[in-house]
Amino acid sequence: MFQELLSKLLDETAQHSLRLAGPELALTAGIVLLLLGRLLSFDRFVPPHWIALIATMAAFGLSLAVFYDANRSDPEFSNHSFTYFSGLMAFDKFTALVRLFLLLFLVFVLALTVLSGIPDRDDGPDFYTLLLGASIGMLLMCGANNLLMVFLGIEMASVPSYAMAGFLKGRKQGSEAALKFVVFGAGAAGVMLYGISLLAGMLGTGDFQEIGIRMAVLFGNGEGALTDPVRATAIRTLILAVVMVFVGFAFKLSVVPFHFWTPDVFQGAPAEVGGFLSVASKAAAFALLTRLVLALMAAGTTALQDVYLTLGIAVGVIAAITATFGNLAAYSQTNMKRLLAYSTIAHAGYMLMALAAMIVLQSGRIGGDAALGERSSHAVEGLLYYLAVYLFMNLGAFSITALIRNEIFSEEIEDYRGLGFQAPILCVGMGICLFSLVGLPPLGGFIGKLLIFASLFDAGYVHWSMWAILAIGGLNTVLSLFYYLNVLKTMYLSERPTGATTVTFPALSSAGLYVILVSAPILWLGIDVSLVSNAARRAAEVLFP
Amino acid sequence: MSSENLLSLIVFLPAAWSLLLLAFDGKNADAIRYFGLIGTALTFGLTLQLLSQYDLTPAPEQLHDGMQFYFSWDWIPNWNVHYSLGVDGISLPLVLLTGLVSLLAMIASWSIEKHLKGYVMLFLILETGMMGVFLSLDFLLFYVFWEVMLLPMYFLIGVWGGPRREYAAIKFFLYTLAGGVLMLIAMLMLYFASGNSFDLLHLAQVGQGQVKGFAFTKEFQITAFLLLFIGFAIKLPSFPFHTWLPDAHVEAPTPISMILAGVLLKMGGYGLIRLAFPICPLGAQYCAYGMVALGVFSIIYGAFAALAQTDFKRLVAYSSVSHMGYVLLGLAVWKVGEKAGDPNLHYWRMGVNAAMFQMIAHGISSTGMFFMVGILYDRVHHRDLNQFGGIAGLMPHYTGLAAGIFFAGLGLPGLCGFIGEIFSVLSCWSFDKTLAIIAASGVILTAGYILWTMQRVYFGPAYKGPHGEALVPLLGREKFVAYVLLAFAIALGVFPNALFQYMDPSVKTLVENLDASVHPQVIETAATLVQ
Repeated sequence: MFQELLSKLLDETAQHSLRLAGPELALTAGIVLLLLGRLLSFDRFVPPHWIALIATMAAFGLSLAVFYDANRSDPEFSNHSFTYFSGLMAFDKFTALVRLFLLLFLVFVLALTVLSGIPDRDDGPDFYTLLLGASIGMLLMCGANNLLMVFLGIEMASVPSYAMAGFLKGRKQGSEAALKFVVFGAGAAGVMLYGISLLAGMLGTGDFQEIGIRMAVLFGNGEGALTDPVRATAIRTLILAVVMVFVGFAFKLSVVPFHFWTPDVFQGAPAEVGGFLSVASKAAAFALLTRLVLALMAAGTTALQDVYLTLGIAVGVIAAITATFGNLAAYSQTNMKRLLAYSTIAHAGYMLMALAAMIVLQSGRIGGDAALGERSSHAVEGLLYYLAVYLFMNLGAFSITALIRNEIFSEEIEDYRGLGFQAPILCVGMGICLFSLVGLPPLGGFIGKLLIFASLFDAGYVHWSMWAILAIGGLNTVLSLFYYLNVLKTMYLSERPTGATTVTFPALSSAGLYVILVSAPILWLGIDVSLVSNAARRAAEVLFP
Repeated sequence: MSSENLLSLIVFLPAAWSLLLLAFDGKNADAIRYFGLIGTALTFGLTLQLLSQYDLTPAPEQLHDGMQFYFSWDWIPNWNVHYSLGVDGISLPLVLLTGLVSLLAMIASWSIEKHLKGYVMLFLILETGMMGVFLSLDFLLFYVFWEVMLLPMYFLIGVWGGPRREYAAIKFFLYTLAGGVLMLIAMLMLYFASGNSFDLLHLAQVGQGQVKGFAFTKEFQITAFLLLFIGFAIKLPSFPFHTWLPDAHVEAPTPISMILAGVLLKMGGYGLIRLAFPICPLGAQYCAYGMVALGVFSIIYGAFAALAQTDFKRLVAYSSVSHMGYVLLGLAVWKVGEKAGDPNLHYWRMGVNAAMFQMIAHGISSTGMFFMVGILYDRVHHRDLNQFGGIAGLMPHYTGLAAGIFFAGLGLPGLCGFIGEIFSVLSCWSFDKTLAIIAASGVILTAGYILWTMQRVYFGPAYKGPHGEALVPLLGREKFVAYVLLAFAIALGVFPNALFQYMDPSVKTLVENLDASVHPQVIETAATLVQ
């Protein structure tokens, strides 16, 4: 019996699991090489960033191959999700697409660290080990199919991030940021773990597919189901557990009121790390949150419809507050990284709106309107498109901040005065990123925002409060214009003060090329929408069978 | 030139030209200027080509829903977004105006020295945005072009403008973006209520109750109309959304003021007649009286505000508020008769024609006025009306041209301003006599501020203000711009039918369709169709 089980496990692992886990394995191999390199001192001959870059490229290639597999026409393979590693991980087009985004992003981040020279040669292996380690955690988050993996993935992504935040040793600000990050992170993780244990204890399983089935049994169907005292208690436990799990996610996503670490960490950490944290951990957390929420809603019991609707509205309200807070707090910032930190908070709010729309639409579907399934998949499509654009525009803003820092040794917006005509490539690139963050056409940020706003509007047909949130989202767009534009105003409308360093930044250099490579896709995503939107639609549809 | 691609070429030629400029050396100022001039001239040439190929009496099978040169391509199939362009009698004159004003403004840009390459590039991108707004027939595409204009305009005012340029530029940006967000919400409303369509022609048919299975209710139309109206009224600008305009006009460099007044303001009126009215006829009908009243108030308010100014450019800016009031007035004088096809309809048709004409006429006269102010400012570097006087003695040629153009703005019979004003006031008479009388009295105020200004600036004792020695006669290019504008002002004033013959067929169809769609029996039929 035991033999049989073991051989089955081995078969499964060898046949699918290892292939699907290829990207993670490639990154792990990279980490091992980096550590061995120091041990056997071949890091003198092979620079660590090459090892990291090659490992990441290999991981990207593997994930691209898996992505193509998932998207080929074979319907049996491609139209549902299946599990591997005995049900701990799930794989479908959605996972494949988010992993692809993440690894592409990682390639860009590594290229940036090479260009900007942080970390230096001695610290290289440490830094890249942490970076790749965090990325593995994020990849696991994308595919987690079990509450246990949820926690493992989040922690694996978080712990290396804490160290990276304080990577610039000897800088007080950096150490303070890292400490804040650890304390907050540990607290949030504890609360989340408690929530997870409540959920798993109540349902007796951690498996996402099982959760739906058990909930259907537990809560039953029909109107009067909740008056039963046992079920009423179960509902309370469920709500408590969900709220606690959300706290953990809110911390990762820097959603108000769990955002306090964000400005300090982003200001204290190098801009490269800030760029990595602001995009990658958000993308992974959103992917995981979407999956988890859908698992909790899979039961489809009408008894819980109102609970789901309330949850959706609550997420929407939190999203609106987060976006508004982020935008208002960004006004008074004088440090570019701190400004971008608040902008990150605001954008978490916009993306959370898509999730709110999805939950509200799904609750309507449970109420009996089957057509809402497709419409809620559009909300996820919007979220994925937004993430794709966000990857470039936020990374672009952070990396240009880093490149400017290397020229003028400052990250204060004040010091950007008159740079616009001295380093056109940097400032035009920054302009594209920032205007895309505002959401102006013809840049990708506009399309992303449009898709999210469209699904919010659509969700308004299920519950009117989504229209109010849409109005707040629209207002936020206008609010956010001020502070983004302020940066460009400083760059273009002010004169360079006399005595300031003259910057010469040729367009035809590797850094110039990098800026073009990061900012051109933003324009492309705003004009040629179909390619990514098709992939996002296919990925989103898998989640709504 | 294949007619398929002509419209796309008109829209994207300036943008492509601006990309080519990247290859230029920034220090070679003259090359950049001439290259920019060729770009705008080519675009204007293409619009003339469009005019020559435009069919005044088209066979019905050549038309796509009243549009000529219709072109459509799936842009984002997932979301049913199309790249569709087309032109009719309403947009054609505005496209020509855009081509002309851009060309003249480029000639007027010869005195720009600072960061010339960036200036010309942004200028050309702006032209692409303007052309796109007038030619696109898909709401999302329209919105994209509408917002695309913001960026170049912000920098053109902000970098090359006057002392308070930062304030003026951000004010302009914020006002338009706020209007844009309202428009975006209206766009989403219409999209979901019309079976996921952004197609303006389709939306108009749904709004007019001609499509089986879809109908916009009256409350829905009023909401959508108000959202759209605010978006367009900001651009128009109409009181109380006009406050960005004096700042932006005053701080912008002369050529950009010309474009702002000559083309950008027209987008508000165009948006109303292309989007808001056809898509939400019930909403438009509901708001008609309020819009007429707002238009009349803008006329009077703008005129009084102009009377109070001491800054020459600010005065011209307020005159724009006043003149664009006639546009709103003419568009909105819609009185529904007892039955479809009531004689009242003729007055509305006259009003819409007048509004369209007024847009073109104002495009000529206000462009000219800003240019004339710019000529003086280039020489003496101030615009204080109280320090001027006696220019006629120093620059007689200039004064003659300026007088012609200012009289066109005043609305002197025989010049272009007269036609639009008189017909919109006349059409208002059948709508509401009190408002018509008030609007007509605006003409006297207009005459008052323009004549008084001319007296203060051009006549009177010799010029004693600063830089008197710089008041040299007109340069060749300045003469060219002024003569062209004056020629158009006279030609349109004497032969208004040159313009009406293009507009009237489209306006007639539009007016009749809209009027038919708000009659009770039509609404009932539409309601039964939905059921």
